[in-house]
Amino acid sequence: MVAEDPRVGGGRTPGRAAFWNDRDVRAVLYQVLLVLGIGAVAWYLIHNTLANLAARNIATGFGFLGRESGFPIGESLIAYTPANTYLRALLVGLLNTLKVASIGVVLATIWGTLLGVARLSSNWLIRQLASWYVEALRNTPLLLQLFLWYAILQGLPAVRQAFNPLPGIYLSQKGLVFPVIALEPVHAVMAALFVVGIGLSWWWAGRAKAHQNATGQIRPVLLPSLGLIVGLPVIAWLIAGAPFEPDVPVLRGFNFQGGAAISPEFTALLFGLVVYTASYIAEIVRAGIQAVPRGQSEAARALGLPAGRILRLIVLPQALRVIVPPMTSQYLNLTKNSTLAVAIGFPDILSTINTSINQTGQPIECIAIVMVVFLIVSLSISAFMNWYNARIRLIER
Amino acid sequence: MRQGWLGMLAVTLAAGSMVASTGAIAGTLDAVKQRGELACGVSTGVTGFSAPDAQGKWSGLDVDVCRAVAAAIFGSGDKVKFLPSTAQQRFPMLQSGEVDLLARNTTWTLSRDTENGFNFAPVTFYDGQGFLVPTKLGVKSAKELNGATVCVQPGTTTELNLADYFRANKMTFKSVVISELNELEAAFVSGRCDVYTTDASGLASFRAARSGNPGAFMILPERISKEPLAPTVRQGDDQWFDIVKWTVYALIQAEESGITQANVEEMKKSDDPGIKRMLGVTPGMGKMLGLDEEWMVNAIKAVGNYGESFERNVGEGSPLQLKRGLNDLWTRGGLMYAMPLR
Repeated sequence: MVAEDPRVGGGRTPGRAAFWNDRDVRAVLYQVLLVLGIGAVAWYLIHNTLANLAARNIATGFGFLGRESGFPIGESLIAYTPANTYLRALLVGLLNTLKVASIGVVLATIWGTLLGVARLSSNWLIRQLASWYVEALRNTPLLLQLFLWYAILQGLPAVRQAFNPLPGIYLSQKGLVFPVIALEPVHAVMAALFVVGIGLSWWWAGRAKAHQNATGQIRPVLLPSLGLIVGLPVIAWLIAGAPFEPDVPVLRGFNFQGGAAISPEFTALLFGLVVYTASYIAEIVRAGIQAVPRGQSEAARALGLPAGRILRLIVLPQALRVIVPPMTSQYLNLTKNSTLAVAIGFPDILSTINTSINQTGQPIECIAIVMVVFLIVSLSISAFMNWYNARIRLIER
Repeated sequence: MRQGWLGMLAVTLAAGSMVASTGAIAGTLDAVKQRGELACGVSTGVTGFSAPDAQGKWSGLDVDVCRAVAAAIFGSGDKVKFLPSTAQQRFPMLQSGEVDLLARNTTWTLSRDTENGFNFAPVTFYDGQGFLVPTKLGVKSAKELNGATVCVQPGTTTELNLADYFRANKMTFKSVVISELNELEAAFVSGRCDVYTTDASGLASFRAARSGNPGAFMILPERISKEPLAPTVRQGDDQWFDIVKWTVYALIQAEESGITQANVEEMKKSDDPGIKRMLGVTPGMGKMLGLDEEWMVNAIKAVGNYGESFERNVGEGSPLQLKRGLNDLWTRGGLMYAMPLR
């Protein structure tokens, strides 16, 4: 609050300091100067870079994205040939990264939680095995672990001597191939009904819980949900005449034709990332469970609740508040560690970007693309986890 | 140069890396002289072209080019710092100024000459891309490779030529792309891939030195591309380009004129005016290049002439056992033709 001093100001609005001493004016002035300063630095960097690039006759701009890429990509979720553009190649790499990251996050969470609970087990052997696992995997570099898994997978038999555990399923050093059902139009309808079924069972579970809160009566939830999720697609399939065209892999020439395949590169990367990140998640889960005061579970036992209900209704909701923030870091770590795919030959986004850099000779644009992509992916994960964290937060008085 | 909004954003995000590299455009010779040694970009270990031995001493055809240039500048072929690079690192290393000369099995192509901002010295090795398969597969020709899994390094013309060849011949393939050469070759030897493709000289080098069992692998007869391997420098420094270019020509001309590592001192006493000019007995050419008048003498003393370097590194005197073929002198039917040194 500016003191009301009639002597200051000499004729201007009484009580206000001189223009250059005014706190508000100064605040705005400093901010404007800072923005101008940052802008000047940025302008200098950009100008310097562009001048250097021009002097070296290096091409700039994002025009290369529309050019034919010319290089092959080993596996992709969408159709891709070397005749497609660089943009499509980068999209294929991005989808591969998202595939590894999403499956990896889910599996790592499940396996990590199991490990974390195992470390708190009353059984000495289970507790020790879990401890050794966590210590061994946390303290060795991930890249070496990936090389190890990849080398192990290369030790599988050659294609001609592939393992054949079940008819149509073959396991060899070129990957795991298994039969799939050829796509029919009814499958789209089935997928839609699957989603509808999930939505309906969610709604039913909400209704049953509200009913239980109001009257204390328990309505069945599990069986009706299963019925909706599984039954609706099956009914659609039966109505369509039950089409069933299996696509069985057959060894022809160098490899199996037909069916679907999981490559050893993908398996090695996924497995390596999951077992490594799970060791960190195990520690986070253990910390969360131990953070819940012992009195909580003792009181629950005194009330006669069985162990499963104690974990689900009392311990985990409180533990989650401690677990979720560090979990965000682990999910982001897993996503970023997936770029180690470059070392074992899985074509993720960094691998395709590296090839693009080399073929186009424009490292700045390509690195900028991959940085922006990872920024968006990571911010999305963080945003989702922060929303979830806010939802389960303790509402303090 | 299109500088849209996206371009400015991209440059802002990654501009920091380029701030340090001003001023190295012209004046590479001065920078090298000031540093006291030549910074030479080589491969991570391709026997015959650039590979370190057990004591860390580098040798190979590309290494000899670097040593010759260093000897032309400093008088000794040992004043070189070798920086190994993968196929993906090599161009940023040259573009940024980390190396002055890239002698790294690099194919001379239009896009690299223009878009990447490079200049190529004369070709030191005319090569072609080939395929290496295990003999036990029983494959006799590249046309039988439909559906095969192929090991290839990323960011190379090899990758592009492979895709083009299979497309042109209406065949399909699966690619296994690993940037580390050792890991890639391990994947091929273990059987993960059926085929390994790179320049035929690289295949011969791998088969002879790193496969562990040369008889188990065979190089298929097809050469699906032209791969002229040439030393590479940055655009914008004509004097440096001339020095590298004429050092390579000097090595080739030395073989044509019969100058060897052993007899170069004796040849200085020759009566042939052409040889007197080349070896600096008649001064002039060194000054034109900005080097010492003994530049060619020093280069040949360091590595010998082109033929000697070839035989020692990739020819009869080496594990690769490659014939001169296209890499012979033009007088013997090959493509090695030095421009007149006068």
